[in-house]
Amino acid sequence: MEKRFFIQRFFPGKDKRPYWQEYVLHCDSTWVVLDALEAIRSKQDPSLAYRRVCRHGICGSCAMNINGLNRLACETRLADLPSKIRIKPLPGFPVIRDLVVDLTQVYQNIEAIKPYLITKTPPPAKERLQSPLERKKLDGLYECIFCGACTSACPTFWASKHFLGPTALLQACRFVMDSRDEAKQERKKFLKQHPSLWQCHAILNCVEACPKGLNPFEAIVLLRKSLLKP
Amino acid sequence: MITHKHDIIIVGAGIAGLAAAFEAAQAGHDVAVISKVFPTRSHSIAAQGGTAAALGNMEPDSWEWHFYDTVKGSDFLGDQDAQALFCQEAIDTAYFLEHIGVPFSRTEDGRILQRCFGGHYSKFGQGPPVRRACLAADRIGQVMLHTLFGQCLRYKVNFYNEFIVTHLLIHDEGCCGVMAWELVGGETHIFHARLTLLATGGYARLFKVSTNSAINTGDGMGMVLRAGLPLEDMEFVQFHPTGLYPWGFLISEGVRGEGGYLINADGERFMKRYAPAKMELAPRDVVCRAIQSEIKAGRGIEGKPCVHLDITHLSEKTIKERLPQIREMAIKFAGIDPKKRPIPVAPTAHYSMGGIPVNVDCEVLADGKKTVMPGLFAAGECACVSIHGANRLGTNSTMECAVFGRRAGKHMAKLAKRTSFLPLPERQIKAGCEEIKALLNHPARTSVAEIRESLQESMTRNCGILREKRQLEQQLDFLRTLKRAYQKIGLKGLPSSYNLALQEAIELKHMLNLGEAIVRGALARTESRGAHCRTDFPKRDDKNWLKHTLIFMKEREYRLDYKPVIITKFQPEERRF
Ligand SMILES: Cc1cc2nc3c(=O)[nH]c(=O)nc-3n(C[C@H](O)[C@H](O)[C@H](O)COP(=O)(O)OP(=O)(O)OC[C@H]3O[C@@H](n4cnc5c(N)ncnc54)[C@H](O)[C@@H]3O)c2cc1C
Ligand code: FES
Repeated sequence: MEKRFFIQRFFPGKDKRPYWQEYVLHCDSTWVVLDALEAIRSKQDPSLAYRRVCRHGICGSCAMNINGLNRLACETRLADLPSKIRIKPLPGFPVIRDLVVDLTQVYQNIEAIKPYLITKTPPPAKERLQSPLERKKLDGLYECIFCGACTSACPTFWASKHFLGPTALLQACRFVMDSRDEAKQERKKFLKQHPSLWQCHAILNCVEACPKGLNPFEAIVLLRKSLLKP
Repeated sequence: MITHKHDIIIVGAGIAGLAAAFEAAQAGHDVAVISKVFPTRSHSIAAQGGTAAALGNMEPDSWEWHFYDTVKGSDFLGDQDAQALFCQEAIDTAYFLEHIGVPFSRTEDGRILQRCFGGHYSKFGQGPPVRRACLAADRIGQVMLHTLFGQCLRYKVNFYNEFIVTHLLIHDEGCCGVMAWELVGGETHIFHARLTLLATGGYARLFKVSTNSAINTGDGMGMVLRAGLPLEDMEFVQFHPTGLYPWGFLISEGVRGEGGYLINADGERFMKRYAPAKMELAPRDVVCRAIQSEIKAGRGIEGKPCVHLDITHLSEKTIKERLPQIREMAIKFAGIDPKKRPIPVAPTAHYSMGGIPVNVDCEVLADGKKTVMPGLFAAGECACVSIHGANRLGTNSTMECAVFGRRAGKHMAKLAKRTSFLPLPERQIKAGCEEIKALLNHPARTSVAEIRESLQESMTRNCGILREKRQLEQQLDFLRTLKRAYQKIGLKGLPSSYNLALQEAIELKHMLNLGEAIVRGALARTESRGAHCRTDFPKRDDKNWLKHTLIFMKEREYRLDYKPVIITKFQPEERRF
């Protein structure tokens, strides 16, 4: 099948402004968007820039805006898209080149919530015990692949520099929910003082954007509830 | 050109690199990790099924049984001193991983949940399969990598992300750092170090159908080879029996561990003819050759080169809770709900058993045998200790990365205090810069993608699961042609920032050199052992070949050498499953 790709190109410092470039490509019916990008780069235009590593939706490298939605290029089947496909970098972040964006802000916000288990009591000789029920509380939280799709879709993040964004808040929730973590009070204190939790206006773009079916809004609600508990 | 100075430099941010960084940083050292991708994008993220440790949480288990299985799985080519140490340390390492936060799945009484995996049995292979793979649903790589990354942030490890290391800086006195190309900024950086660890992962991208990430091009091994140092057992490449057809994405052995069947076009559970006792849970090389033989005999599904992996008899709950990622992948890519229909699968290139020869402290061996190369270390899939010998057991490699990554980190922490910075080799740096400049300034007369595709296609055809003399010789000739074509690569006119073509050109150079090392090793080894199957020499030959291959490259000439396998406890016996 033939598809027409309109890809946003931009090299800040060299190009005055972003522009659309058209590529016409004969595609296999099993292809995903990433296959098409690889084919364009190897057959037509080696200068095209994008990120990709795992090719099957687990490393979080290839999030981009495809026909208006933030998605993973390696998981978006061409067969499910119309014949005209518009691809832009993830909105809301500085562009490095073409489809490659600078995610530094997302990474810094993840770091700010202390994304590691903190324990104070010395560990036992074997594993710390955690019941299946306690472990289940981490489901829907620990699976995040830091692709940035949700944060990119969040109008609150666009508007406020201080908003941690759904990616980092989901991580914050993952550690608050972990029965083994012994820094819950500090974590809660940090979240209480930080404006982020109350800035979220439940626009829910993040839920729609997550390629892994996670629900950052629910995590924010869980965090709010946990702050009300002593 | 920008120069950085750190006590310890770690190239690679997979499980091995981050485990080392964590230990060295926790000991108070100034540690830098350089990675060509953001750490959590590293290929380790893709590991699914589990990580091995004889915890005995489900039924009695012992490290000695694990040791026996690892030796037998390796087809007796592993070094038993390292294998014994690995199986013992795996137990404490699993608890360590739990303590730093890995969200393992849990048993009813709150301990780490374990599942079956191919090749892991009780009672020195005599008893039933034992549940030894510690799991976190089917995301073991992600949880290990994320947890280690978080802890590295806590201990203030310096990260240089999206830097591709291009050259090792080496004198006779030792290694003093690396040169790297910063992808975003588009310039060369020098990293000056007391000690350098390579944790750059494997080379299974040399093959056309592969489970590996696009970046698994064996760079660390390629740099070692170019520096005149040897590589070990490169001919042993593991193919995984069950890649999602036709993409090659991994369908974890965990699926068979949970009770999946392999079925041919006649609806037959054909493993009963190849491994009547162990059936689908026989080691990977055995299952792989069984599938390949079924396909060759015309029993592929609908005449295609694939068979079926059937889990329709498992409960919806088991599939959703234990194999969620597999289910999602089958639905997303193949449009198949595995509860309703079987999944089409075929063998796919998966793991590099061979690599940089090291001792159990992860020190690189300059002669491949005993002599240590000062200042240079290697761990993880790029290293060859050798735990996996001729064939890796599933779940042993993430654990190898954790066990030996930590050992490397601790050992370097100890040495760093008494090691000084060697002077930078100016001439090497200049030559390295010239090489990159030449690539960037030459007009393109051939494309990187074309050469890479020819390489992958030909390696799969001539040096894949089944090998023979004539095809291997053909491949050597063809590699020469490809290397000549490489001289015509040019990247003139491409933007300096995020120049993927430059990254791929650097990777391709290593791939071509490694391809030749693999083929030469395979051609010389006139026997079949583990993952190396010569159709013209179908038997294992312990009399002549119970030894490790070492290969050196000097000015494009290759030289083979051999060293004995270390046998401490288990004498070679026939592998029967
Ligand atoms: C799909 C899949 C599933 C698997 N499942 C399991 C499993 O269930 N259990 C198990 O035990 N094993 C499994 N394995 C194997 C296991 O995941 C790998 O062997 C292991 O993760 C390798 O880790 P590593 O740290 O050695 O390297 P990697 O994780 O591959 O990391 C390599 C690092 O080196 C960096 N790097 C490479 N070259 C350069 C360069 N030139 N410059 C700068 N940086 C560089 C990369 O950026 C990356 O950070 C699986 C493998 C695959 C492919
Ligand atoms: S390439 Fe890894 S998520 Fe798409």
